[in-house]
Amino acid sequence: MTVGKDVSALFPDVVNCMQTDNLELKKLVYLYLMNYAKSQPDMAIMAVNTFVKDCEDPNPLIRALAVRTMGCIRVDKITEYLCEPLRKCLKDEDPYVRKTAAVCVAKLHDINAQLVEDQGFLDTLKDLISDSNPMVVANAVAALSEIAESHPSSNLLDLNPQSINKLLTALNECTEWGQIFILDCLANYMPKDDREAQSICERVTPRLSHANSAVVLSAVKVLMKFMEMLSKDLDYYGTLLKKLAPPLVTLLSAEPELQYVALRNINLIVQKRPEILKHEMKVFFVKYNDPIYVKLEKLDIMIRLASQANIAQVLAELKEYATEVDVDFVRKAVRAIGRCAIKVEQSAERCVSTLLDLIQTKVNYVVQEAIVVIKDIFRKYPNKYESVIATLCENLDSLDEPEARAAMIWIVGEYAERIDNADELLESFLEGFHDESTQVQLQLLTAIVKLFLKKPTETQELVQQVLSLATQDSDNPDLRDRGYIYWRLLSTDPVAAKEVVLAEKPLISEETDLIEPTLLDELICYIGTLASVYHKPPSAFVEGSRGVVHKSLPPRTGSSESAESPDTAPSGVQAPEQPAVIPTQGDLLGDLLNLDLGPPVSGPPMATSSVQMGAVDLLGGGLDSLMGGGGGFAAPSAAAPATLGAPLSSGLGDLFDLTGGVGTLSGSYVAPKTVWLPAMKAKGLEISGTFSRQVGSISMDLVLTNKALQVMSDFAIQFNRNSFGLAPAAPLQVHAPLAPNQSVEISLPLNTVGSVMKMDPLNNLQVAVKNNIDVFYFSTLYPLHILFVEDGKMERQMFLATWKDIPNENEAQFQIKDCSLNADAVSSKLQGSNIFTIAKRNVEGQDMLYQSLKLTNGIWVLAELRIQPSNPSFTLSLKCRAPEVAPYVFQAYETVLKN
Amino acid sequence: MIHSLFLINASGDIFLEKHWKSVVSRSVCDYFFEAQERASEAENVPPVIPTPHHYLLSVYRHKIFFVAVIQSEVPPLFVIEFLHRVVDTFQDYFGVCSEVMIKDNVVVVYEVLEEMLDNGFPLATESNILKELIKPPTILRTVVNTITGSTNVGDQLPTGQLSVVPWRRTGVKYTNNEAYFDVIEEIDAIIDKSGSTITAEIQGVIDACVKLTGMPDLTLSFMNPRLLDDVSFHPCVRFKRWESERILSFIPPDGNFRLLSYHVSAQNLVAIPVYVKHNISFRDGSSLGRFEITVGPKQTMGKTIEGVMVASQMPKGVLNMSLTPSQGTHIFDPVTKLLSWDVGKINPQKLPSLKGTMSLQAGASKPDENPTINLQFKIQQLAISGLKVNRLDMYGEKYKPFKGIKYMTKAGKFQVRT
Repeated sequence: MTVGKDVSALFPDVVNCMQTDNLELKKLVYLYLMNYAKSQPDMAIMAVNTFVKDCEDPNPLIRALAVRTMGCIRVDKITEYLCEPLRKCLKDEDPYVRKTAAVCVAKLHDINAQLVEDQGFLDTLKDLISDSNPMVVANAVAALSEIAESHPSSNLLDLNPQSINKLLTALNECTEWGQIFILDCLANYMPKDDREAQSICERVTPRLSHANSAVVLSAVKVLMKFMEMLSKDLDYYGTLLKKLAPPLVTLLSAEPELQYVALRNINLIVQKRPEILKHEMKVFFVKYNDPIYVKLEKLDIMIRLASQANIAQVLAELKEYATEVDVDFVRKAVRAIGRCAIKVEQSAERCVSTLLDLIQTKVNYVVQEAIVVIKDIFRKYPNKYESVIATLCENLDSLDEPEARAAMIWIVGEYAERIDNADELLESFLEGFHDESTQVQLQLLTAIVKLFLKKPTETQELVQQVLSLATQDSDNPDLRDRGYIYWRLLSTDPVAAKEVVLAEKPLISEETDLIEPTLLDELICYIGTLASVYHKPPSAFVEGSRGVVHKSLPPRTGSSESAESPDTAPSGVQAPEQPAVIPTQGDLLGDLLNLDLGPPVSGPPMATSSVQMGAVDLLGGGLDSLMGGGGGFAAPSAAAPATLGAPLSSGLGDLFDLTGGVGTLSGSYVAPKTVWLPAMKAKGLEISGTFSRQVGSISMDLVLTNKALQVMSDFAIQFNRNSFGLAPAAPLQVHAPLAPNQSVEISLPLNTVGSVMKMDPLNNLQVAVKNNIDVFYFSTLYPLHILFVEDGKMERQMFLATWKDIPNENEAQFQIKDCSLNADAVSSKLQGSNIFTIAKRNVEGQDMLYQSLKLTNGIWVLAELRIQPSNPSFTLSLKCRAPEVAPYVFQAYETVLKN
Repeated sequence: MIHSLFLINASGDIFLEKHWKSVVSRSVCDYFFEAQERASEAENVPPVIPTPHHYLLSVYRHKIFFVAVIQSEVPPLFVIEFLHRVVDTFQDYFGVCSEVMIKDNVVVVYEVLEEMLDNGFPLATESNILKELIKPPTILRTVVNTITGSTNVGDQLPTGQLSVVPWRRTGVKYTNNEAYFDVIEEIDAIIDKSGSTITAEIQGVIDACVKLTGMPDLTLSFMNPRLLDDVSFHPCVRFKRWESERILSFIPPDGNFRLLSYHVSAQNLVAIPVYVKHNISFRDGSSLGRFEITVGPKQTMGKTIEGVMVASQMPKGVLNMSLTPSQGTHIFDPVTKLLSWDVGKINPQKLPSLKGTMSLQAGASKPDENPTINLQFKIQQLAISGLKVNRLDMYGEKYKPFKGIKYMTKAGKFQVRT
């Protein structure tokens, strides 16, 4: 206490003063007890009696004080005596005492959790959430949150619409601190639908005008999280976006410490929803007397907000910053100019000229930073700005930092053919080879090899020198290995060496410094907490990571539904949002069908499907007349409901649940054949089949069986228009007439150039088969993976950019249950079906696979597969510009993985 | 929640510590000292410092670091806001918040801290309520206490604390009923070399001093409420009423309080009331530089600009300056290289200027950075955003209060680049 002197020796004397009527003295004695009770546990017992007496004092101030102090004395013997008074105080008539007692439960829980549970204090605490006094509610919530944090599994804060309503009411009336606890608690709630989310948002929005910045930021968290559930078309969504900007800007006029925390959070918000602050660039301009930690954060956000519209302003500012005093800040400003060039293509030229201006200042560290970023600009825009190389070379001597030297060497090597004295320049670096850092040595080695491949005649000596330096005189294994590889390449096959060393480099993009989308989503749930300051999930840094529950943004309503029952997926609802993705035939027929099939009802499909069958032009004009006739029409309409009905209800199960299939692992998975058209429906012709994809071509493998008594001949097949334009690539060839009880196997090649019409379900294929007897119709569902093309592997950078680019509403999540494969097996299995793994990451023991695939009509689907070693359920997140395909892609995943 | 609080002075001594839960050893502050050493200036110490078992969140005010220790995931803004509130409370209690003052009143400090936080949860932070619980020390009271043996601690539960209007105590009585409102606006601006505005925004507040008997219900309306699209209110303001009618309706706390603060953003055009003409030139190789500044009024709506102060951090290469001001006084500190010029009032007929030469380090090349000019000024009876109060009405009480409103515009962070 106080000045660090130990005054515990006075314990008995002080305790004697406890029974005083003087409140100040009593308070000071209590203060003393809190500090020294632990060191004198036996003596502390002497105080118990007074505590118990005080807990029944007529003055609520004293009752509260006593219960509060008792909770702070961390001596086991005392806590035993605390229970009874605490129970009374929790039910005290005075709210001041109740709210103090609520906090006391949390204290007691910290000392002896078991005791609190045994005594039933937790239930009393839960009851206090319904208290009439908002202060008591707020403290109860705070206490419960703290207890819940140390016991993540105990479902203490059982949030349901009723309790949420109570919290929202208390929110308006309690103190600012209470509002923070309530808002943080609300953020953990998962509204059941978008309407509930909206109504919570509406009631939280007024908090954005609060003077306490912590309240504002907690409100922002709740809104950012629940916004995820709102549809973008909603007017309210737009209003909410507009309302979020002003409070965030206001946070920046607060004290620098608050600004810093606010800026770290804004950094996340800007990455998640750039539209909120896109017009507020100016508030992030740096004032020269801002503390350095604020300056650096502002700079980071400026780059994130930079766009073509404001780039001129931003560059002017950055140039200004580059002349400031603080070295760290200046360096970052110069880097920022480079990042702008890479982010906003139109500005690249201006950025380069700004950088050249800065190089002219000859300030050592500015020049070095400029060279490092110019290297990146060269990589992003090859063959555009090489004219500046001459200027760069002038500054060769002033470079003393490894990064800048390495960058310069890279430039010289890369453009060796344009620099006349490239060999001299590199040779000059080579003199002090052993004193350089590894980074520079590696770069120098590569640059000289490049130079040699470009100008073999003049530089043979140089390359030998560097190779021997790297391989013989160096004790760095990386350097030695690289040296040997080059050496062998050059000596065995110079052409191959050229291909390897001078290979086309992947482009860099601005996305490199973005937070990964899943992490970003998680961090959004932690706005306003330490996690948001460090941009790391709490599990990565919270002590012992006890009590860490992964939080995730709520899924958009609809996607979870579609995961469970793809047949009833509200494709009719989603379709209008993106009508252009699957080109729908604009004709009346298509519209009519879509309308009819839109609402997923169980009764009417019979009728609709027969209408559909009748109306669709299946086999051309010739057959129309056939169907027009009364008899001709009757047959198909009778057959259709049965066959259609089967795949709609159970067809999927039939198709995919069969185990022990003959799937060929090398190629795309092939489901076993199933009966598509039973003999009794088609006058004795039975058709069974399946779909397969091998080396880029799709085929329909059919078995035709004649179960009638007469010979069948003159087979022909035609498909109705379908979602992906599947059509036979060749006529159906059955060479000999099919004798009774005979069957023939045919593989019918398919292409995807047929006419397109959106079907429901999306993978529905209606087929007509004709023979000498009649025309038969059936429909079947094809697995989507036959449409996955071989070049579906996306570039890493592309993937990141696309993932970010696709709006979150288009993300759908699915659970793949009971799959016991490990990540590598999964990825090789999926690769067989043209689902390519682009990257694999291990996050806290779980594997994340990032995958891409492309459909025949050019639609890309991006996937993130989360595999936990102990859990047989995988989580699959799909992102695609055409969200309708997601459930079918999921089916394909499931099919492939389970067979 | 907040575990402990350490107060550290500029020389790095912990002069006060307070623990709300178990005791955290002082040695935790070593991490803070490390960070302090790394930062060039006290202002630059990062506000959030991780240590292996704790987090240190600090604010720096009045040359004192207030360092809070937390152990679990707590909203850092909550902690920092709370620390600022602690400083405000000390200032409120003792007039100034300084090491000496805190040491002199250490008992009151402990009592206040104990009352503000319980087990890390904020308990009472409204200064009205705190003052009822623990009376601020005055000389008179100290004398009376010593003689009579009474105490600084109130023995009654603060009346307002649990009512519907926790910010107001009941039974307030005044002989002179008065309500004063000050509309104060600060301009934050960055002006570039050529005199054009890069960014300018207004931070405004309405501070009130209300001394009214009973439970008055006030409404305040504005001529042009549309200016206020980004506002933060004192909890007493009825938000619904503002949303629907753009009228401030509230039962005021007793005494001084901040009714609302607002922000007029950079997108609205902000009038800049002053301009600065400057000519600061260094020449390569020469040991003399020229320096000239003139300050003049721009858009002041006919009001006088007062209290003008110019400050500029000169580059390190400047050894000394010999300047002559046309009015006011100036100082150049050759150690910190800080030039400050107290101008006073601006007379539009005779613009104040400061002219002269700078002596530079001989032989050194010209400095890389350009000095930035920091400007302070005040304009009475003007709210630069154009905000005007229309009327103030009182309901719920019979008497007729005396009402007053004052406007003022000040420079906030007003910077001119050269």
